[in-house]
Amino acid sequence: MTAGPAAGPTPERAAPHPDGEPPTAPGDVTALFERARGGDRRALGRLLTYTERGGPLADAVAVAAWPLAGAAHVVGMTGAPGVGKSTLTDRLAQVAADDGWRVAILAVDPSSPLTGGAILGDRVRMGSAATPGGPFVRSMASRGQSGGLALAALSAVRLLDAAGHDLIIVETVGIGQVEVDIARTADTTIVAVSPGWGDAVQANKAGLLEMADIFVVNKADRAGATDARRDLEYMLDLGHRAGWRPPVALTVATTGEGADELFKHVQDHRQHLRTSSAEAERRARHVAEEVRRHLHRWVDQLVEQPTRQTEALFAEVAQGDLAPSAAAQRLAGEVGQVPERDAPGADDEPEV
Amino acid sequence: MSGPDGDAAGAETERRQPVRVVLAKLGLDGHDRGLKVVARMLRDAGLEVIYLGLRQTTESILLAVEQEDADVIGLSIHNGGHLTLAPRMVEAVRATGTDVPVVVGGIVPDVDLERLAEAGVFAVLGPGASAAEVARTVRAAAARRA
Repeated sequence: MTAGPAAGPTPERAAPHPDGEPPTAPGDVTALFERARGGDRRALGRLLTYTERGGPLADAVAVAAWPLAGAAHVVGMTGAPGVGKSTLTDRLAQVAADDGWRVAILAVDPSSPLTGGAILGDRVRMGSAATPGGPFVRSMASRGQSGGLALAALSAVRLLDAAGHDLIIVETVGIGQVEVDIARTADTTIVAVSPGWGDAVQANKAGLLEMADIFVVNKADRAGATDARRDLEYMLDLGHRAGWRPPVALTVATTGEGADELFKHVQDHRQHLRTSSAEAERRARHVAEEVRRHLHRWVDQLVEQPTRQTEALFAEVAQGDLAPSAAAQRLAGEVGQVPERDAPGADDEPEV
Repeated sequence: MSGPDGDAAGAETERRQPVRVVLAKLGLDGHDRGLKVVARMLRDAGLEVIYLGLRQTTESILLAVEQEDADVIGLSIHNGGHLTLAPRMVEAVRATGTDVPVVVGGIVPDVDLERLAEAGVFAVLGPGASAAEVARTVRAAAARRA
């Protein structure tokens, strides 16, 4: 049963765009960006959409955001499904907000590889997201792009940073390379586990654990919490990065127990980074990584969306006139020169 | 509903951007099973569902719509309050100066359909609606907004 105004004499013409004409030029992005910096949530929401979609508008957003970003502390929150990452993120955000931080949360969830759809349910666990003074929460679906997601998430972080947030928590399900990539560009990476998740042997084999700056055993009111902590400590006894031994916090996210301690660990780690002699090196590494991701996008675009020129080149290779390596070398010279796949504003076409 | 929406597989083509829809139950109404089924239907049709679930307010829904830049609001109503709740949601959206369409799902007697339409509700989906119909309706709503 479908009924409603659509059946009546509704004009078929599209309603006016809520923000006036959809921006088609980088100049329009600048106006939205100014509004976002002034605290306009809708403008920020729209800019995040551009960032997520990629293309020329995303580039314009990235260019506008970069000079103003850099002040925020970025926390990656990762772990297996069901350990309580969203609830924990919500608690951490509350503690930080009470301490005077302006908090934003980026919750990344997988898209269905079959249909491209996604159910983004993290807001359900984030009570503070539903309150006007709460953190800015954005859900992001992976949209099947492997390198693209890491880039989109990173660009979204820069944008939230430039918009004036000083603590940004990026929540990802710690199951894939992409999630690891996202977490790797965070300043502080929190890996959450729950009691009964495995023993010290598991801890050593799971590569995810090597990137943790802070461990959390959530659901610590359940049996096995101290065992899980002991196993993690045992693993750390065997070796960890020089200068920082990751603390292991016990939390009960549903009650908020341990959230204060967790936030203290985050602040300690931030302080450690700031005073570390390797800080400049770390920053340089992050910047290089970011540039590399943008470069990958240009290369991917060239490879995945062949133009007439590249098609001709492929044909030459197929005929045996040109070696694949020589063709690739010729293409390498064209990286960044190809026109974007979508005409500006094409993303705003109605979806029927 | 008009539009040549084939809908068969439902998956978004690569070029198109997924429609983002916020799904919520407004007020005191504990029946969220239908909403969960609808969330799954929409996901399987290639849409991105921002699921808010139970006990939302017009304010919390609007907050989510702003932050998530959602194209459509899907309200599930099973407590008989549709004539109060749905128009209140539409009014709240309009008060922000935007036109994000509101689609209502749930138990709504036929005699109330016209009043909801007059109040600005984009469409009402009842218990008999197929997955294809649900996806098509939400897509049509999103197209109207853009």
